[in-house]
This record gives sequence, C-alpha cells and structure tokens, in this order.
Amino acid sequence: MELKDRVPESLRNNVLIVKVDELFRWAHANSIWPLSSGLACCAIEMMSTATARFDLSRFGYEVFRPCPRQADLLIVAGTLTYKMADPIVRLYEEMPEPKYVIAMGSCAIVGGPFADSYSVVEGIDEVLPVDVYIPGCPPRPEALIDGMLKLREKIMHPERVAEERAKWAERKKEREAKQA
Amino acid sequence: METSFLSGLALWLRGEIYGVTGIPVLSDLALDVIGIALLLGIISMAAIVFTYAERKVCAFMQVRLGPNRVGGRFGLLQPVADMLKLMSKEDIMPEGADKVLWALSPALLFVPAALVYAFFPFDAGAVLADVNVGVFLLFAISGQAVLPFLMGGYASNNKYSMVGGFRVVSQMISYEAPLLFSLLGILMLTGSMRLEDIVEAQAGGLWFVFLQPLAFVIFLISAVAETNRTPFDLVEGESEIIAGPFTEYSGMRWALFFLAEYANLLTAAILATTFFLGGYLGPDFLPGFAWFFLKAVLMVFLIMWFRWTFPRTRVDQILSFGWKAMLPLSILNVFLTGVVMCALGLV
Repeated sequence: MELKDRVPESLRNNVLIVKVDELFRWAHANSIWPLSSGLACCAIEMMSTATARFDLSRFGYEVFRPCPRQADLLIVAGTLTYKMADPIVRLYEEMPEPKYVIAMGSCAIVGGPFADSYSVVEGIDEVLPVDVYIPGCPPRPEALIDGMLKLREKIMHPERVAEERAKWAERKKEREAKQA
Repeated sequence: METSFLSGLALWLRGEIYGVTGIPVLSDLALDVIGIALLLGIISMAAIVFTYAERKVCAFMQVRLGPNRVGGRFGLLQPVADMLKLMSKEDIMPEGADKVLWALSPALLFVPAALVYAFFPFDAGAVLADVNVGVFLLFAISGQAVLPFLMGGYASNNKYSMVGGFRVVSQMISYEAPLLFSLLGILMLTGSMRLEDIVEAQAGGLWFVFLQPLAFVIFLISAVAETNRTPFDLVEGESEIIAGPFTEYSGMRWALFFLAEYANLLTAAILATTFFLGGYLGPDFLPGFAWFFLKAVLMVFLIMWFRWTFPRTRVDQILSFGWKAMLPLSILNVFLTGVVMCALGLV
C-alpha cells in the first residue's frame, strides 16, 4: 500500500505527500534565476522578455541575478568568440549546482552567419553542456519563454539531463583527443 | 497598565501554564519562549510575504501581471519554490576566504535585525522587553548591523565584495546620524525613551507626523538608506561591484542576507509607525494590533513604491546628500522644536 492511500478520506484535500527529491525538483523547475549576461543582439530580445508585453515574471523566472553564485541558468544570448569563451566557461563553473545552459539564437547554436570566421566558436556546445537550444536570428521573446518552459519540463526529469551531460562529456573527450 | 487583546491573551496563557505546572518561574519562561518564537515567526513570514509582495507591486507598477503560474492563479507558491530552491542549492565556499568570518557574517547580520523586535509595542502592554531606554537600546543594537557587511566583504577575499563592504559601511554610518537626530524632537516632546510612552503621547489623533513633518520626511529617507533599498541600493551594483558584499555567497547563506534585509524593511516600517503614526492607537472598531499591522503594511508599501519609482543615486550623491542636507536639516528640526516649546512655555 502506498503512503498516499493511508491518508484518511476526510483529509485528502489537506494533505500533500511527496518525496523530498520531487519537492526540490519542483522548486528548481519553478524558480529558475538566470544570470544577467548577454553577448550580442539576442540579449536585447532577452531583456524585452522581462518587459510588460511578454512578462517573464509570470513564471517566476524574472529574477536576473548579476552574480553567478546566485544564478541557476546561463542564457548564452549571442555570438561566442574564442576570446569570450574562457570568461563564459568560468562564469558557468562559478555557478552552484544544479545549473543549466540555454543556447539562444543561431550564433550560440552553430555560430550563425559568422560560422566561417576564424574567431567564432561554432556552437557553444564545444565548451558548455547545453540543455535547451532556441533557434532564431534572433528568437522572439515568446520563443525564449517557450525554451524556459521546455527547460522546466527537463528539470522534472533529471535522468535525461544526466544522460545528455554524459554524452556531452564523451563528445568533449573525443574532440580533445582529436585535437591532441 | 492598560489591557489590550494581546496582553490579555498573554495573561490568560500565563494563568493556564501556571495552572498546569504550578511553578511561577516556569510560566514566565514559557511565555518568553512563546513570545520569541512568535517574533521569529513574524520575521520569517514577513520575508516570504514581502518577496511575493515586492514582485507583485513591481509588476503592477510596470503594467505587468507578476507571478501567476506557480500555485494557483495568483502565484502564491512562488516564494515557497524560491525558498526551497535556495535551500537545496550547492554551498560554495571560496578557497581564499577567511572561513570563520565568512560563515559568521550572514548569521551576525540577522541577530541585530531580529533582536530589535523585542522592543516594539505591538499593542498596549504587548512588549517582549519593556525597557525605559528603549529608543537608545534599539539604535545601539541596530547600529551593529553595519559590521557584518564589512566582515562578509573582507572575508570573501574578493575585490568586489571588499569595495561593496566599504560602500555599505560609509552609507549606513552617514545615515545613522540624521536618523537619530530626526527622532530627538519627538524625545523632547514626550520626555521619555520608552516606546510605549511615545505611542501614548500621540493619543487623541495628534500623531507626531503632524507635529514633526520635517522629521518624518528625514526619518523616512534615512530609513530607506539604512535598509539599503532603492534609490539608495548601493550594496548591489550590477555594472560596478556585481552583488557587493554578497558576491561570493550562494544558496542558503545568501538567503539569510535576504531575510535580514526584509526584517530591516519591516523594522523601518514599524519604527515609522511607532514614532510618527501613533503605533497601535486608532478608532475602537479594530483592536490595537490590527491598527499597528495596517499602518506597518502601509509603510512597507510606501517604501516599495519608492523602490519602483525613483532611479538610483551615485555613491558620492548619497554621501553628500546625507552629510550636507539631511544632517543640518535634522539639527534645524531639533532647534525649531526647542524654540516652539519655549515659546509655548512647555519647558
């Protein structure tokens, strides 16, 4: 018999039984504080997501923290150059676990129109494990909101996040071996 | 002593506990513990409710809706989700940090913020620590709140934290002086430092906000500066010092700073209520503590209103405004009060 069934009938509406893991997962999924960092023009769309017309705060995601120590989500909004790659990775490493990454716009996904340039990283998954890709040049604010809601679903299924991170780590090892 | 709902409740509770245990010391002790637990409950509830209120007030002032997805159509569970998330985040301690000082700083900041609640008269006779030098002790304790910011900034071993810590200390010390001087006029009028005497002196609707309007304005501005809120929120500066002294704090440690900030916000509102708005006094159709609660919430709303209306100021503007405008004006207020009292033959 499950614990849920042992609650008396008269208390069914007043008692909530969850696992601690599930409760914290729910909290993580519903309180994603992004790091306020923008690399290029996608950042303008990111800013307008928080304004009155689109209102990211409806989902409770509008708390943009300036400090990586208090942020949960890194939105890479814009073109990542090799020069900027190190600071971004450092910001990611400074964030406390559990942390997530969104690649916003085609530059962040594959390098966009600058993919052939000598200075542009061809997709941020060369340096960071990405959880959600949002295509567009730039994506509309609605697309960013949709991406964050997709991330919410993903946080509720941590086994998928772990699986993808493991795959990413493997790919990274292969890439490094090739370079060596 | 005048009886009120809260003090009557306390008296009844004391009698009940005495009836069960039969030891007078034990019933006193139990009542003190209940009082402390109640105050801590008020402070932590205030932090949770105010984060929600702040987001909603901000949203309505910017023609948005604010949190409305998590927990029903009003987003009531949003602060709960935030608290749970902060509790379960990774706890990072910087390698070069002074570990003891670093860990003590958030806790030490919370102590004075919570301790001052012992002196507030929530209703006639409902004070946890009824001391006759209340005003003096209150500001002596809240003055300690400056140090933990510097401790945290220094111990983090981070240049942004250090500069942030310096900034907070200079700002808070500058505004402590006008804050105290603005209350001197009231102390001259009542002739007592006991908080309940100050409230009782405002009986009959003659609140000190009408007798001392200049002092009220100075007190409000200084109190906003003391609690480090916009337009004086120099603690955090995204483009210059990141998150100031909190830069290296994550998860629950940072949440404690946050808790202290909202405790201080409520303290500022309660002080304004007690000194200027007649505390628990009001028409008879509501009990005293309800009036107290209403006035305090109104003040909290006013301070939140400031936050989402005024632009930020620079650090040099804040300091010169504090020393060159607020302090002389508050001393002028003391002088004028004295002159008027002499002229009316009250001295």
